Amino acid sequence: MNEALLRSLTPSVLGILVRRGADFAAAEDAVQDALVEAVRVWPADMPRDPRGWLVTVAWRRFLDATRADASRRRREDLVDETPAPGPVPATDDTLQLYFLCAHPSLTPSSAVALTLRAVGGLTTRQIAQAYLVPEATMAQRISRAKRTVSGVRFDRPGDVATVLRTLYLVFNEGYSGDVDLAAEAIRLTRQLAAAIDHPEVAGLLALMLLHHARRAARTAPDGSLVPLAEQDRGRWDTGAIAEGIGILQTALSRDRLGEFQAQAAIAALHADAPTAEETDWVQIVEWYDELAGLTDSPVVRLNRAVAVGEADGPRAGLAALADLDDSLPRHTAAAAYLHERDGDLVLAARLYADAALKATNLAERAHLTRQAARLNGRPQRGGAVADPRST
Amino acid sequence: MAKYLLLKHYRGAPEARNCVPMDQWTPEEISAHIKYMQDFAARLEGTGEFVDGQALAPEGTWVRYDGEGRPPVTDGPFAETKDLIAGWMVIDVDSYDRAVELAGELSAAPGPGGEPIYEWLELRPFLAEPPTITE
Repeated sequence: MNEALLRSLTPSVLGILVRRGADFAAAEDAVQDALVEAVRVWPADMPRDPRGWLVTVAWRRFLDATRADASRRRREDLVDETPAPGPVPATDDTLQLYFLCAHPSLTPSSAVALTLRAVGGLTTRQIAQAYLVPEATMAQRISRAKRTVSGVRFDRPGDVATVLRTLYLVFNEGYSGDVDLAAEAIRLTRQLAAAIDHPEVAGLLALMLLHHARRAARTAPDGSLVPLAEQDRGRWDTGAIAEGIGILQTALSRDRLGEFQAQAAIAALHADAPTAEETDWVQIVEWYDELAGLTDSPVVRLNRAVAVGEADGPRAGLAALADLDDSLPRHTAAAAYLHERDGDLVLAARLYADAALKATNLAERAHLTRQAARLNGRPQRGGAVADPRST
Repeated sequence: MAKYLLLKHYRGAPEARNCVPMDQWTPEEISAHIKYMQDFAARLEGTGEFVDGQALAPEGTWVRYDGEGRPPVTDGPFAETKDLIAGWMVIDVDSYDRAVELAGELSAAPGPGGEPIYEWLELRPFLAEPPTITE
């Protein structure tokens, strides 16, 4: 059975049912029934129009279910008012589904879960595994989210920024379980970019592609982090980089700059440099200035200080850092790095160790601890003594 | 979306305001206390914020490697130097503020006289996966 085909059709079928007036939760149940039916019937009898087939079966299931429902009369009124299922329209209802799943009334984690379920077509189990929570917990999160948006009408356009934030959250979650969430986020953003003409959608897609292109080089085989400057650039995915840069250039040429385009521009400058030494830090600082104007985020100004340290030397970087609140995430790590480049190794080692204590993930903590240990430089013991098996 | 561990300590935390040993409560007070915690867990299952939770026995054993070919050393408990953990719950919430709010609610479990015990709970964030975008 073609699972990829079913998954790609699911959102548009769901969108059509919802637009015809089906309650979101009921529509989702009906689409699931139709998918089960497709898995059973298609191998022997593949329809010529798979999407039309799914819409017809799902709509029939929806009507059956609503007729059987206790509140029969109200539902039947709704069915009477609704136009009979005819030819499937060419307009893409998937877009409305994106808006619904990222509705501002949902918490970020609910919006993420619902997007992966309804737009991405993932199973509840797959989503639960990816977020390392029990399946029952994720099922509750999704059903609450469905209830929250079940009364939402499709009468005005949704907020693109909310949809983009949700997809960005999915992308940033990275990789765990049997679903690659970063790849899934790219797939969904690509689909969104095809349905809507918006420079920031393109900016986000470019940003994701440019980061994803470096993924294989970002971690060593033992799972430890490899800093950008030390990554093997031969392992970067040049196809994804070229695609990301192409999408970004088209978006930038429209002169409607936004946060994601600016971030993608910075990622593109890193991806474009043949070696770390050839990175155009001056231009990266200029993009951070643009970004700071767009977001006012302290994290952006922190990253800018590091870039200034590369463009104008560590003293300039430390001066930029001094203007910022030292409780910011990664402030201590940035200070450690800049002091090391400035030659103050004792202070740098202490700051790396402090930064390790503040790290929010294991790989980063191990990396920072290793940096401190490298500068503290205790001579290595001989292997024969260090290995307890040989004593 | 961040996971937090809520730790209930037997010892090691500042004394709870309404601190009477549980064996001196009435059976009804004990039932009310347990029901409060069960309801709390059930409610978090409903909101999609529950990950796991278990109660622990008060006493444990300390174990240490004792050299190649020798059985591990067991001893303890070294209770006087070590705080003991009564139980734990893992939650997955949208923000630190929400985690604090929930820890506050759990701390309000009823004790003697039906009054909250004002128990101190330790709230510890889990180390997460590294985010995809760091540079």
